[in-house]
Amino acid sequence: MTIQLSHFSAAFVFALFASIVFGITHRETTRDMIRYGLYCFAMFLGGVFVAGWTMWLVRR
Amino acid sequence: MANQTAKTTTKAAEPAQPASMMAVIAPAVGWLIPGAGHMIQKRWIRGGLLLVSISALFVLGLMMQGHIYKANGGDILDMLGFIGDLGAGGLYIVTLAMNWGQGAVAFATADYGTKFMIVAGLLNFIAVADAYHIAIGKKQ
Repeated sequence: MTIQLSHFSAAFVFALFASIVFGITHRETTRDMIRYGLYCFAMFLGGVFVAGWTMWLVRR
Repeated sequence: MANQTAKTTTKAAEPAQPASMMAVIAPAVGWLIPGAGHMIQKRWIRGGLLLVSISALFVLGLMMQGHIYKANGGDILDMLGFIGDLGAGGLYIVTLAMNWGQGAVAFATADYGTKFMIVAGLLNFIAVADAYHIAIGKKQ
């Protein structure tokens, strides 16, 4: 069985799972874990958008 | 005087925290099965989330026809890829045993699959370190 994810969905899935692991392993309390996980997720996806728009600008 | 010196030497030789069997078992089990290092220390939810996240990333990488690195002594990037893949522990062993994973990356998203599997292994290394820190009491 094979799948082909689009660039964005691949980045989304990657950000989701990596953020969960980062949140659990990098913080002590449950509340901090959730907050840090959400922060990482936002940074990952934010980075995708910033990189995408930067490449669009460079291309023009 | 001599007695005091002997006492000081004995104190200095003692480790900061006593090494327990769990400090050895938890990282080993955690490497073999992602999240299991947390589960055997009764961190069920954390362990479950780690298991799902790391396994899903690795399996998605396989389904995207990513490349599996084998032990090699060639290109430095191939060696680093092997170390990354090796971090996934049991998932990597099963993949090798079943001869899964494509030999060559055929299209762009397959390269994402390769990176997914490497990152899954690297994340498992972090999870193993976390399980060790819990075992020695450095983290709750």
